[in-house]
Amino acid sequence: MSGPDGEPFGGAWLGESPGHGPLTADGDFRERASAALSDSQLRHNLAFATRAIRVKRAAAVGELPDWEQLREAGRAIKERTLRHLDRHLIALEESVVRAGGVVHWARDGQEANRTIQELVAAAGASEVIKAKSLTTEEIALNEALAHLGVRAWETDLAQLIVQLGQDTPSHILVPAIHRNRAEIRSLLMRTLDSVPADLSDDPAELVEVVRTNLRERLLSTSVGISGVNFAVAETGTVVLVESEGNARMCTTLPDVLISVMGIEKVIPTRQDLEVYLQLLPRSSTAERMNPYTSLWSGVSDGDGPREFHLVLLDNGRTSALADQIGRQALSCIRCSACLNVCPVYERTGGHAYGSVYPGPIGAVLTPMLAGLDAAGSLPYASSLCGACYEVCPVKIDIPKLLVHLRAAEVEHRPAQRPLRHAAGRQAMKAVAFMLARRRLYELAQRLARLAQRPLARGGRIRRLPGPLAGWTATRDLQELPQETFREWWRRREAP
Amino acid sequence: MSDARAQILSRIREGLADVPAGERPEDVPVPRDYRREGHADSARLTSELLERLAEYGAVARVVAARELAQAIAGFCDLHGLRRLAAPPALVRRLHVDGVHLVADEGLSIAEIDTIGAAITGCSVAIAQTGTVVLDGSELCGRRALSLVVDHHLCLLGSDQVVELVPEAFDRLAGAIESRRPITMISGPSATSDIELRRVQGLHGPRKLAVFVLEGA
Repeated sequence: MSGPDGEPFGGAWLGESPGHGPLTADGDFRERASAALSDSQLRHNLAFATRAIRVKRAAAVGELPDWEQLREAGRAIKERTLRHLDRHLIALEESVVRAGGVVHWARDGQEANRTIQELVAAAGASEVIKAKSLTTEEIALNEALAHLGVRAWETDLAQLIVQLGQDTPSHILVPAIHRNRAEIRSLLMRTLDSVPADLSDDPAELVEVVRTNLRERLLSTSVGISGVNFAVAETGTVVLVESEGNARMCTTLPDVLISVMGIEKVIPTRQDLEVYLQLLPRSSTAERMNPYTSLWSGVSDGDGPREFHLVLLDNGRTSALADQIGRQALSCIRCSACLNVCPVYERTGGHAYGSVYPGPIGAVLTPMLAGLDAAGSLPYASSLCGACYEVCPVKIDIPKLLVHLRAAEVEHRPAQRPLRHAAGRQAMKAVAFMLARRRLYELAQRLARLAQRPLARGGRIRRLPGPLAGWTATRDLQELPQETFREWWRRREAP
Repeated sequence: MSDARAQILSRIREGLADVPAGERPEDVPVPRDYRREGHADSARLTSELLERLAEYGAVARVVAARELAQAIAGFCDLHGLRRLAAPPALVRRLHVDGVHLVADEGLSIAEIDTIGAAITGCSVAIAQTGTVVLDGSELCGRRALSLVVDHHLCLLGSDQVVELVPEAFDRLAGAIESRRPITMISGPSATSDIELRRVQGLHGPRKLAVFVLEGA
């Protein structure tokens, strides 16, 4: 789909691919996962980290007697918002403008980047400070600014580690989770100025080095860029949640503040914040409340930036919205609880997903934003265990979306692999024919018992032949029993 | 740019073709069965707040109103502080021997950084989560004041403590509607980015102290 001028609209539902980018890494999940599985340092880091946070999160959530009621409210508010997204965005724009801010609309990442480049140029800045924002990763903002000769400094510790390591984030919340303290120490020594030669790998010392190094920049840069956790339509209040204090600095100290938000981040009223500011801290960092939450509306005289710009980003969200089942994925508040509970993510890590949105939510959001051509393997990156749905604070039914997207991907295949698709369809028809007729089914069971004889050993079938070999590549099948239930029942019934 | 706006809104409407034309946002039910009212036992609220703040590594205690100046002086002494930056309205109401209260009347960021310590009031505090909230009102001061310094001392009355987050948002309604910037603070700055171990003191004050005044 594209706009009336034929301009690409960032992320079609089926078919069009925007090419390689933060949502569309090369290759296929299975290939990348295979590579990741053999990285034992990564697996060790991930297992340790995700287990630790699962335990903490369960405690934080378990403390609240009304957690389930909060989840239901969280889900319902997002449903209300998404079903009337246009109204809420218009109200948000009015409120922000009334409070002295400027609102910009961007159909895709390139348009957002152009807008931001112009704002930075107008401010005459050659450097900007950034608070961590996945949305700016999604649109590769730093690279776009670099083209202009503008240096974007990440100020969030993990983002800085990722930036200095010329790496990519592997987790929504803890982007450098794939690095341990020794790796971080050597990275800082290599890339930062005036790092003491006897620096240990004690986290407290590492943090001190980063604090000193960033502080001067934080206190004196004239343009700040941030993301947005929530934006209240009723009052134009923008909300940013953090732990370190760098986001407060980026949004308070510069003259010009630019905040980038996906259009799905809007919520209707200020009262709705009381729900999300309980759901998010406990579900993400497993805290009763995160250290700092900033709320601001437009500009305030004598307090903070004199210019505030809010960039509203589509980049495929309207495509996701048009999918009645898929739409709920836009409720995501980026807590990352689903990542931490997913058995697949725990073993492969985030890079295997090839997207800035990894894990269960990434497996559904990425193909909806970027198209199935780009991310068609992701809905298969799951065992459908459903743990993600259980922990999601806004009750996104991720397993349902995964199955929905798998169906879409299969429908999509004729375009890509017509023969294989046709063969698959025929096979499914034959199986359906057989399953609908009892005598045929029972005949098939008897034939299968015969056929398995050369394959079964010690009660197990370790390798199936031909096209079925893929099934047994990673699992054993149990041998079929000598008697089916019906045969046993018939024998039992006879006197 | 208005092209982008029109196109995005038009795509949204197309995508929402399944939503009945007459439906309004309020027609989508939002059950608010979560706790909206907590208990109001002041002594218990204060002790919960102090406990939670202490868990974050903040210094939190009850101070009798008539001993406030002494307590502030003691805090400054302990940390070798001679000056405290403060909102002008607070400077007018406080006098502390041996400590120079510097009114934040257009102080530069560098000046605040040099002074290195600030004292402010507070709008509301949340006992359940160990949170103090500043709302840009005259006793709280502007955001940079409690951000750039390394020591932040926050004063509040015991009647400013509520149990739950929704109660705090009810009290903040006025500030939000007046579009004042608000900062919710739950402990000194921290990060868990290195192997998920929580380490304190990144940006933002490394020392947070909260005095809850009684008998004001």
